[in-house]
Amino acid sequence: MRDLFAKILGLPVLASEHGAKVDDLIIYVHYLMAALFVGWILYFIYALIRFNRRANPKADYVGIRGHASNYIEAVVALVEIVLLVGFAVPLWANAVDHFPKADEHPTTINVIAQQFAWNVFYPGPDGKFSKRAAQFVTQDNPWGFDKSDPDGKDDLAPMSNVIHVPVNKPVIITLTSKDVIHSFKLIAMRVTQDAIPGMRIPLHFTPNKVGVYQINCAQLCGNGHAGMANGRLYVDTQEDYDAWLAKQPKQSAGGAASFE
Amino acid sequence: MQATTHALPHGAVAHEAHHEELGFWRKYVFSTDHKIIGIQYGITALIFLFFGFCLMMMMRWSIAYPNTPVPVVGPLLEKVLGADKGVISGEVYNQFGAMHGTIMVFLGIVPLAFAAFGNFVVPLQIGAPDMAFPRINMASYQAFVVGGIIMLVSFFIPGGAAQAGWTSYSPLASAVATQGQTFWIIGMVFLITSSLLGAVNFLATIIQLRAPGMTWMRLPFFVWSQFVTGFLLLLAFPPLEAAAIMQLMDKVAHTSFFLPSGLQISSLGHISGGGSPLLWQHLFWFLGHPEVYVLILPAMGIVCEIIANNTRKPIWGYKSLVYSALTIGFLSFIVWAHHMYMTGMGTKISTFFQTTTMIISIPSVIILTCLFLSLWGASIRFNAPMLFALAFLPMFGIGGLTGLPLGFNYSDLHLHDTYYVIAHFHYVVAPGTIFGLFAGIYYWYPKMTGRHMSEFWGKVHFWTSLIFMNLIFQPMFAQGMAGMLRRMADGGANYSAAQVPGAIGGLSPMIMHFNQTISIAAWCLGLAQIPFIINFFWSIKHGKPIASDNPWEATTLEWQTPTPPPHGNFEKAPEVHRGPYEYSVPGAARDFTPQNEA
Repeated sequence: MRDLFAKILGLPVLASEHGAKVDDLIIYVHYLMAALFVGWILYFIYALIRFNRRANPKADYVGIRGHASNYIEAVVALVEIVLLVGFAVPLWANAVDHFPKADEHPTTINVIAQQFAWNVFYPGPDGKFSKRAAQFVTQDNPWGFDKSDPDGKDDLAPMSNVIHVPVNKPVIITLTSKDVIHSFKLIAMRVTQDAIPGMRIPLHFTPNKVGVYQINCAQLCGNGHAGMANGRLYVDTQEDYDAWLAKQPKQSAGGAASFE
Repeated sequence: MQATTHALPHGAVAHEAHHEELGFWRKYVFSTDHKIIGIQYGITALIFLFFGFCLMMMMRWSIAYPNTPVPVVGPLLEKVLGADKGVISGEVYNQFGAMHGTIMVFLGIVPLAFAAFGNFVVPLQIGAPDMAFPRINMASYQAFVVGGIIMLVSFFIPGGAAQAGWTSYSPLASAVATQGQTFWIIGMVFLITSSLLGAVNFLATIIQLRAPGMTWMRLPFFVWSQFVTGFLLLLAFPPLEAAAIMQLMDKVAHTSFFLPSGLQISSLGHISGGGSPLLWQHLFWFLGHPEVYVLILPAMGIVCEIIANNTRKPIWGYKSLVYSALTIGFLSFIVWAHHMYMTGMGTKISTFFQTTTMIISIPSVIILTCLFLSLWGASIRFNAPMLFALAFLPMFGIGGLTGLPLGFNYSDLHLHDTYYVIAHFHYVVAPGTIFGLFAGIYYWYPKMTGRHMSEFWGKVHFWTSLIFMNLIFQPMFAQGMAGMLRRMADGGANYSAAQVPGAIGGLSPMIMHFNQTISIAAWCLGLAQIPFIINFFWSIKHGKPIASDNPWEATTLEWQTPTPPPHGNFEKAPEVHRGPYEYSVPGAARDFTPQNEA
């Protein structure tokens, strides 16, 4: 039943652990919607046929006498409460309050959105990102890295539009934007988060299918919005990921990428 | 609640005595008569609605056939907007998108639903000779026209109109280098002012000018819906007006109300920073959500009138309707942040807003249920206004129900900013509200002109509109569910599976193909409005003359006047003896008993 309904709704490919719960909630809400709509429509068609002028030339001043509709209202309210308390609230709390702990070895990544690309930062083996500040911004150091910060020594050189992560391991992405509001959307991962300048917002997910996925920008960000489609998320096996990681230049080696 | 049903400050009878013939300009252009102002609002708003729809018909070309010149109007776009070879670029698309939303909401539906119908019908329905403040009423229309002209002019300035969406999110609104945004904000200030003047006037009129005997619980539901709408406008618009002026300052005076520190946007130059982009969203949606009910409540009111009249029986659950409308009015002020679930919202805040969002769905369901149940035991007449009013029920039903998965934050996670959202709110306002408004036009047209619009062409208009509306918006649910995002000038072509072989989850050929079928349906919907336009103007002179002043055999007071109602409305100040929907009263000689019948 659930799978059939998922198919009817046309939910897209799913590739993250928590995504099934997003789909579940969408499906449960649609059960409620379908039940109500079908009920309304059947009643509606019956009433139009039964009570048109020819079939019923004289209207009844009172109309419906029963209280069935009150019970239906109560049931609708009850179902909404269940969906709210049983699903939406705890699931959301899980998404925004319970981040993977260090012993789960999450892959931590920073993403800074800009018109019209995603800039991706890896912290290197120490897991700590280099400090950045506006005062350090120069032609050669567009991101304002603090070159004296020891945490930054092993950071990877920033890259554009490419994220690699190992499969079946939690990913934490901390998101911001350098210009306007963008929205970081990984459809197959059931992840959406606005990238807002002046705010650093973390999100997490655990990909469970190897493959290449598009990164969507979901918020109108300017004239190139529709073309902001070059971002790719590579979900690799652990070996492929390690091999890829080993090949990446360090930021301290001066491997400044182009951001145009 | 005992109503204040004291005598009118200047009764209709007294007014009649010094009635003088006015010249053309005073009578039709600078009029203070609520009926003329209502018609002015109506025609202006209908023109804007059609213009806003034309923008969308052009955008649909770009979505279906990206990067190809627009047929027919391509050369015009090239000449006026500098669209290269008549192709809709991202820049032109964003202008059209921002202005489609702005025009449909602020220049089309609000003025038509609230100002036009409200002006024409409310004073008549409550038995008043005019609005409480006729000159403020005229000023309201004039501010509306000025605001509309500023919006239209913005297309022709260098760089064109606003490009940051009808929501005008900062920093994008400040970052776009052209002045279209400045025009947009100034235009909005005029439109907001117009709505505030109207709202004050409606509230004063409904509270003060009800005829003797017209107690609160004898008000037609349409008047109630306008009453709640008036409060929504009065309380929700001022924060947006303030916010708009702050955003204007960000744009022209280099303040940073909505601009954070460390922005790197070359067109902005150096900014002081320290502001918050989210502050704008909160202020905008504090208006934005009540605005949704500003769009839908008057339509519900109209539909209720027409259903009562054409079922020939009282509305089922009149009191529930009234209390539901009041509850909606209150709750609509505390649901706004459900538009902002993806801005990094924590558990507590989002729990509050999704709880209020679920609660507000209950009175909406009650209203719909009452209207559905009113059909039971009826003797239904299927005329053009009734067809539109009946279609409103399932169409608004779809719009309302599809709000549920968007109202739960965790399911919104997938659906946010997709076409599912577009389909959802268009079902509410297009086959929902606009059908309600069409119903109202067909219904009250005889009172305005003394003639009926053609029933046959009304039915043609209805069936074609119904079919094409659904062919447009139904596939959008599938597109959104599949992950097609809004506001893409290329209709998501860059995200299609064809474009990116090897990537998982690209938009399938079928989902992309819907772009074309939807566009074709949209153009057909445009054609389907031609019978309406011709019918509307042709019938003024050539429509079937009405048989009596009360051609629909209705109970409410607007039909107990001469046709069209003269200045001052009633020949004799009406006195109200009963509720609004006394149809098929047992033992009565006729199947309708007007409110003023002793």
